[in-house]
Order: sequence, then structure tokens, then C-alpha cells
Amino acid sequence: MTMKYMDEFRDAELGRALAGKILDAVEPGRHYKVMEVCGGHTHSIYKYGIDDLLPENVELVHGPGCPVCVIPMGRVDDGIAMATENDIIFACFGDMMRVPGSEKTLTEAKAEGADIRMVYSPLDALRLAKQNPDREVVFFAIGFETTAPSTALTLKRARAEGVTNFSCMCNHVTIVPPLRALLESPDLRLDGFIGPGHVSTVVGARPFEFIPKDYGKPVVVAGFEPLDILHAISMILGQLVEGRCEVENQYSRVVPYDGNPAALKVMSEVFELRPHFEWRGLGFISQSALKLSEAYAELDAEQRFGVPGVRVADPKACQCGEVLKGVIKPYECKVFGTACTPEHAIGTCMVSPEGACAAYYNYGRFAREKELV
Amino acid sequence: MADSAVSEREQKVLRIIETARAKRPRFKDETVTMAHGAGGKATQTLIEGLLVPALAREGETLEEMGDAGVVTIDDLGIALSTDSYVVRPISFPGGSIGELAVNGTANDLAVAGAKPKALSLSLILEEGLPADELRAQVEAIAQAAVVADVEIATGDTKVVERGHADGMYICTAGIGKVDSRGRLSPRGIRPGDRIIVSGTVGDHGSAIMLARDEFSLDAEILSDTRPLWPAVDALLDAAGFELHCMRDATRGGVASVLNELARASGVAISVREADVPVNAAVAGAAEMLGIDPMYVANEGKLVAFVAPDRAEQALEALRSVSGCEQAAEIGEVKSEPPGMVLVETAFGGKRVMDQLVGDPLPRIC
Repeated sequence: MTMKYMDEFRDAELGRALAGKILDAVEPGRHYKVMEVCGGHTHSIYKYGIDDLLPENVELVHGPGCPVCVIPMGRVDDGIAMATENDIIFACFGDMMRVPGSEKTLTEAKAEGADIRMVYSPLDALRLAKQNPDREVVFFAIGFETTAPSTALTLKRARAEGVTNFSCMCNHVTIVPPLRALLESPDLRLDGFIGPGHVSTVVGARPFEFIPKDYGKPVVVAGFEPLDILHAISMILGQLVEGRCEVENQYSRVVPYDGNPAALKVMSEVFELRPHFEWRGLGFISQSALKLSEAYAELDAEQRFGVPGVRVADPKACQCGEVLKGVIKPYECKVFGTACTPEHAIGTCMVSPEGACAAYYNYGRFAREKELV
Repeated sequence: MADSAVSEREQKVLRIIETARAKRPRFKDETVTMAHGAGGKATQTLIEGLLVPALAREGETLEEMGDAGVVTIDDLGIALSTDSYVVRPISFPGGSIGELAVNGTANDLAVAGAKPKALSLSLILEEGLPADELRAQVEAIAQAAVVADVEIATGDTKVVERGHADGMYICTAGIGKVDSRGRLSPRGIRPGDRIIVSGTVGDHGSAIMLARDEFSLDAEILSDTRPLWPAVDALLDAAGFELHCMRDATRGGVASVLNELARASGVAISVREADVPVNAAVAGAAEMLGIDPMYVANEGKLVAFVAPDRAEQALEALRSVSGCEQAAEIGEVKSEPPGMVLVETAFGGKRVMDQLVGDPLPRIC
């Protein structure tokens, strides 16, 4: 199969050349830990087997940037309550449907009769509202700054077109506060960060300057193709070798250093910061999530229908928090692969394809010494 | 990462997981969800955890869980298969529910090594279905039966109230005589066998996906629905008893077939991603939607396991069959680690290709 503008970034030969460059840059006795912030990177790393091309002493640590993974159980329960207690169409992304709440998943609620639909974009949800004018349609919005602008635009369009039976349960989160929380944590030793490429298309690379400035770690914003990721790792190692520490932009073909002003503007119109928001496994982080602004409050599903809003503690056995912080590897979790599997997940990291546990379970789960014979 | 990077802890966890996975699954779900129909892990749990234990007495045909069951009547091997068709929409680029209902069941017989002979046809029609749509589907069934060289030997009709069948559902069953040129079974698969697919993967599922118009994507993708007997015939001629096993890669795609067979035969399977033929439009659509074409349904593609010394002839014979010009060898059977499918990525890394979880695309056939 060939795909123009994609295959170029998946060239195995160039990959080997970059891997050679990385091997040359590392000091043999030293161990390097690099965190990929974004779940999209985690997925690519496992999907392409990028680990296999790295020297032994370069370790990739998975970070918190997976939109589905950070949704706490209480929010899933809120969504299920909204979908089952009102005669509404509840629209959400496919991954979200398998995330366990305290009693069930949205998929199970659907099988029990709730009208829950899988959509691929917020505009699909708006279309559902237009096709069903006599029903209320709620869109369960998740994601970092990557997806927040499309939710914002959809809400603007709903208002412009006078679609009154559409509203949004907003779970959008922001990337900088959890990173700061992570960097403050004492049990974390990292040498650098692969910056989140998709988020950066919106916010730019500048918001990550606090990482080198306040915490002395290099950041390289990277794309999602295998060569992008290898290139970013080689750039981080380059900074370490040369004693530099700054934000670099590997993904400049897509990411402007100052972000996308139009997207930022529409976000600031439609959303405002929540005082605090609970993150799965990370607890409450202040000013880390978005809700609908005063001007758009009438499209806020939480106000329209109300939610129980009961905080549910993560299951005792679940170590998603430590996985999201990169403190433990997926397989170091007590329930990994036994009680917690993609088909019957306990934790969110096992549900989303961008979750570290799901990526490791689905793609990376084989003992490499047991080579095929 | 190099071999030594796998810690003892990790190895231990991996061993525990594989032991758990090797056990027969139990059907513990409280309700049926769409995932039970997707051909992945939930479907496997339903079949192996509920249906087979309840319905198969020891040594009976069902235990084999083949695409078709082979029963013997007076020393004559008869392959029997049945399938239901609930695809939405009922017409799509490259085919329709009527065509699927003939080809799907005929192909289940073909990959069991039996030339399809006759089909039964049950129509479940929804009140309010326009007669012209029904006529068009009946015509499609008749046409497909001619092309596949099968007769519709018996049938049934039922009508259900409006809102209960999305236009129409079709059930077909088929029989055929097992061809004496080969002997096919998952038990016949051996380390060293070459794995051949009969053409590009993921066409049918992608065509349906785009036909539903849920993605605002436009691409010229046609369903690949077609009878597979000519391909099987050519393979049996070229490889005979060296053709060890075949499967029709429908729901769940080629990846699901490979996982099923790796488990059933206790072998490992290694796939070379770069060698898998994928139509460029399918690859593009799958990329955008984050779907792997290896998990997307086909309706006219088989996966064949052939002994290494006959693989080349088999591939050549297959490529001469109309519709199989892009057939390719995509990997081979290994012995370790048993039950697992591994992929050499086009980028030079390695990863697992696991069974499908959840349902990315309901009701594609």
C-alpha cells in the first residue's frame, strides 16, 4: 500500500539511520528516560515497534495525555445517569463507550435500553439533533485542546442555526496543569519530554517553555509518524549531549510556535476554566479543565439535565494513576492482563487505544527473548 | 528494545496472561452487546463459552468450529454452512444484501474445500418494504446464484412489523460435497507453512462504512463480494494435500482469522505488514479513521496455509484467477510463542496483532 505524504514518514531505512544516530549519541553507562506526553505517541510507539529500534538504555515512559484515560469514574456515572434518566439521545466517541463507571459502561447502558450513539465528531452529534428535532441530543465532549476547538465550533454553529435540542456535557481538559503536577512529583526522574503534537497544533509550542525554564528538562514537540518520534528522541538526546535545554519543534510542518489563534479565540469564547476538575488517578487539579462559558451556559447539558455529580473513588486494585504519571509500567500494575483486560477493563488506560496499558497489551505483549523460531 | 530489556517481572506477567488466554473463555456478560456480533473476543466468548459447550457432544462436528461443518453420510463428506445477513444499508457500492447472502454462504463451503451445490433461502421482510427494493434483491440473489453456480433449492418467507428488520434480513444455508483433492483442517497447519491472502484486504467493510455516509468521506471503494470457489479450485489443483487450511476472512478481517487459527492449531503466526495488499483508498480511509485494514471485513477473500514447497505454485495459480490478481504471501507459521500472531511492521519493529475487542463497525454483513 502506498500513501503519499505518509509513507515518507514511515521509511524503514531512514528509521534505521536515525536509530544509528541515537545509538551514537547515548553514553553507554547512562540510562535515559524520555516521556512521551501524548497517548497518540504511545500508540504509534507500540504500533510501529519503535521500541525495538532504540538502544537498551533509552527508555520511553508513557505520560498522561490520553483523553479517555483521564476521565474519572464519577463522570462516566454522570453520563450514564444523564443518558438513562432522561429521554435523550446521548452521543459520544466509541472509546468512551467502553470506559467503566462504578457499575457499568455506556455500552452496557445502551444494551439495557438507553439511546446512546457512537459518533466520530461533535458535528455528527449536531446532525443527530437536526435529524431528531423532537428529541434532546447531548454530546459527551472529551479531549485536550486538540478537540476542544471543534466542540466550540459545533456549539457556535448550533446557536447560529437555532438548534435548541442540542447541548454538551463538557469534559475537555488542558495539558499544562497535569504536566506541572507531574513535574512537581518527587518520585519522577525524567531526562526529557516528547511534546504533544496534536495539542500543540492548537496551543503551539510556547506553553511548554516552563518545562526547560522551571524544571530543566528539554522538550521536543513531535509528530506521530515513526520517523517523527525517532527524530524527536534524537533531538532530545542532542540537547542533552550539547548541554542545551529548550523547547524545540520537530513538528513544524503542522505546529506553529504560537499555536492557532483562530482556534484559541473560539475556545475562549465558548469555554472558561473550571476552578478544579478530577483527573482519573491524579486527583483534583485546579484550573485544569473547561466548562461552557456564561455566554453558552444554555447549551450546557449539566445545567439542562443535572447530574448526580457523585465522586467515585478509583477501584482499589487499579493503578491507572501511577501508569498515567509514568511511575510504573503497565505490566507492573497488579491487575494488568488478568483482572484488567481490554475486553473487561478495570482502568481507563486499558480501554483507549491511546492508553498505555491497552497499547502495551494489544501490541507489545510478547516476551522478546522468545523470538519466533 | 534488546532481549535483555525484558525483565523477569515482565516475563512472569506475560506468562500469566498467556495461560489465562489459553483457557476456554466463559460467557459471563449480563446482556448481549453489539460487540458480541463483531467477530472479535466477545464473539469468541459467545461461541466458545456458551454455544459450543451447550450444543456439541464430544467428537461432533461443531467442536471444529470451521466456516462450514463437514458431516459424513454413507462415506460421502458433505459440508454444511449457514449464515444470516443484516447489513445496513442493503445496497452499497459493489454489492447488496442479496449478493452477500449467496456468496457469503457459498464461500464458507468453498473454504472448507467443498464446491457449493445448493442453498436454502429465508427472507425476513419488514412491513412497508417497497416491492421494487424486494424485486431488486431477489434479482441480485438470482444473478449471484448463477455466477456462483449454485441452485436455490428451498426457501421460506416471514414478514415482521415495521421497525423490526431494517428493510430485510436474509438467512441462507448451503451444502456441497467435499473435494477429494485436499484435506483441510486447522489441525493440518504446520510450522513453516506459508500464509497467502487472495487479494487486497478490508474492501468490503470500508465500502459499507463509506456507504453509510457517517464520515463525510468520499472515496471510490467497492465491496469485494464474489464467489471464492474458483480460487479454491485453483489452489486445490496447485497444492493438493499441501494446502493445509483455508478461511474466509469476513467479519473481523484477516487479523481475526489468523488469531483464531493460531489458537486452534497451537502455532505462532508471523505477518510481514509490508507484504499485505491494501487498496490505496482503503488504506487512506482506514488511516483517517484510525482503523487497521487487517481487522476490516472482506466478502471475497480467503486466507490459505500452504506447505512451503508448494507456496509458490499455489500463489501463481491463485493469481491467474479473476479477482485474485493481487494475491500475496503475507507471512509464515512458526512454533513459538503458540497461539500468538506477531507482525513485523513495515518500519522494522515488531508487535502483537491481537483479537479484536469491541465493535468498530456494526452490521457489515
